[in-house]
Amino acid sequence: MRSGPFRGLRAVLYKEFLHMRRDRMAIFFALLIPLGQMIVLGFAIDTNIRNINTVVFNQDNTQASRELLDRFRNSDTFHIVAFAQSDKELNDWIISGRARVGVKIPVDYSDQLLRRGTAQVLVLIDGSDSSVAGTALNVSTAIGLDESLRRVVGVSPRFAVDVRPKLLFNPDSRSPNFFLPGLLAVLLLFVTTFLTAVSIVREKEKGTLEQLFVTPVKPMGLLLGKLLPYLGTGIIALLGMLVFMRFAFQIPFAGSVWLIVLLSLPYLFVNLSLGLIISSIAGSQSEAIQRSVMIILPTIFFSGYIFPRETMPLVFYLFSFLVPGTYYVNISRGIILRGAGFEHLWTDGLVLLIMGVFLLFVAARRFRNKIIAV
Amino acid sequence: MAAHRPNHAGVTPPRPNGAAIVTQGLVRRFGAFTAVDGVDLRVEHGEVFGFLGPNGSGKTTVIKMLTGLLPLSEGAAWVDGLDVRTESEQVRERIGYMSQKFSLYDDLTVAENLEFYGRIYGLPADRLRRRTQDILDLNGLGPYLHRQAAKLSGGWKQRLALGCAMLHEPKILFLDEPTAGIDPVARRQLWDLLFQLSGQGITFFVTTHYMDEAERCSHVAYIYFGRLIADGTPDTLKEMPEVNPPGTKRVEVTAPEITRALRLARELPGIRSATVFGQSIHALVDEGFDTAELESHLLRQGIHVSEVRPLAPTLEDVFVELTYKHQQLAEVVRA
Repeated sequence: MRSGPFRGLRAVLYKEFLHMRRDRMAIFFALLIPLGQMIVLGFAIDTNIRNINTVVFNQDNTQASRELLDRFRNSDTFHIVAFAQSDKELNDWIISGRARVGVKIPVDYSDQLLRRGTAQVLVLIDGSDSSVAGTALNVSTAIGLDESLRRVVGVSPRFAVDVRPKLLFNPDSRSPNFFLPGLLAVLLLFVTTFLTAVSIVREKEKGTLEQLFVTPVKPMGLLLGKLLPYLGTGIIALLGMLVFMRFAFQIPFAGSVWLIVLLSLPYLFVNLSLGLIISSIAGSQSEAIQRSVMIILPTIFFSGYIFPRETMPLVFYLFSFLVPGTYYVNISRGIILRGAGFEHLWTDGLVLLIMGVFLLFVAARRFRNKIIAV
Repeated sequence: MAAHRPNHAGVTPPRPNGAAIVTQGLVRRFGAFTAVDGVDLRVEHGEVFGFLGPNGSGKTTVIKMLTGLLPLSEGAAWVDGLDVRTESEQVRERIGYMSQKFSLYDDLTVAENLEFYGRIYGLPADRLRRRTQDILDLNGLGPYLHRQAAKLSGGWKQRLALGCAMLHEPKILFLDEPTAGIDPVARRQLWDLLFQLSGQGITFFVTTHYMDEAERCSHVAYIYFGRLIADGTPDTLKEMPEVNPPGTKRVEVTAPEITRALRLARELPGIRSATVFGQSIHALVDEGFDTAELESHLLRQGIHVSEVRPLAPTLEDVFVELTYKHQQLAEVVRA
């Protein structure tokens, strides 16, 4: 390629290939770290809350109160770890964190039931972990309601309204099914943005970038030469993670794998452009790493990957529309879990494409001016 | 000093012919700071041009403007007859540049570095092979062909960087402090190489701090805080009236206990300035100064002068005098 807007592209690709072949460890880690994170998050995080440590203070100690405790036990949600002998002891178990829930059955529990009055049961819930507290609250309320109904209308009542919820797409509500498709957004961002930014800033530090600007290489030849290898790395990482999700975590893919790959391209494009912009700002490799982390954090918090966007305060909800990960989380969950097709997700892909073009434009403008300054 | 007419803004001066590098009223500002302030230069083809000046005086900035790395704030510059502002792409084909850092890819081998730059300049395979062989013959890197650049010593790195910069047979080579931090043997060898290449018609634009290197250049210029204060061959600079004030001469006095001798010599009237050079004193004295008087003065203090001889000014003398004059001028302007 003696001339044209991509002059030097092949030479730069050749060089990047040599770098990668020489520095196998970096590429190895780029692919291994995401898989490692997948293992950690896939196995360790379980949002289905079971076996909450529960302490009981049973003042009543009758057949009726023991039946109620059996209901708690059988719910799978509560795990009775101790019996307290006083209110103070009950409180201490919760304050010290040894138990998250305390159940106090007062002396008159069975008397009230016999007299057809209202028997009270106190359930103390540790509110310091909101998801545990929410589950404990719901389940204990349900147990109370169920127990009341049984006592008022008999063992097998016929309800006027029978609501039968059906959990679509993730019938067993397995956490990996929910988490790992979202995690793709974070890990792809990590692999591509991070590697691109560091690789360019390294050349800036060494002065080789300046050297390249003295040669007839064209900016687009240089940019694409730096980006394409990392696009390739990103795609390989993506395929590796998909294989891992499907076979190691047994996540059923409801939609087309090829559609995921196709719609990942605009997302990778956005990430690479972000890497370029970071490299034009950062003066050193450590600064590039810091700034990459600054981009990864909003993706974790605002993309809907962990926290549902719908419950965010309005400002954050609006902000989440600016986070590319938001669209990608929707794409990956949509395809993998809901079996969504191109007709459902093309708008998300289009938004990412527009973001990518815009960011690349910004990066290209900054590239020549800022990168060689000083 | 070369006298050029000032370049008025908006008027593009006609394209100068025949010279390797021409600048007219070259200015570069960084915000309120003027790093290069109206530099006029003319470097002929085949010259080894030494560009000198203290750190931060604008040497690298001038190189960056000539190589297209920095836009010009004002003025004009031509490299091999091409306007650097509008024809930078053609300029890049014809120049080579070696920065202070010997910018190489450390993880690539000698051969890979050369091949990469060959590809960047779009050399066809056979020409790349021929040029690589030429370069290896010239710099002796053959035995290290498959060694990683990171594992080369400073001198070898510099030779490789020079090799990469001249693979595409540039007509003009810009070398920014090529000998900073390398050993004396490698330094000598580099200069021998430069003269060999300059004999083949390549023009060198070299910045340096070393006076002995400056003495070897066919043309030197001295930049001081963005302004060119000396420009010419080393010999013409040494004959400048500022360096040789009328009614003065330079002498070299060799004696033992040189620092005490210097202190004593400075007591005598007629000695305008004196400084130590190794085992001798270099002094600027009045024309009519009798060196016998100095000898007897030192002898009375027990110092036997072993030799007194007339001395031509060195380039260092030239730059010291000019810098001093320039500082005085600046103080007058400020007052």
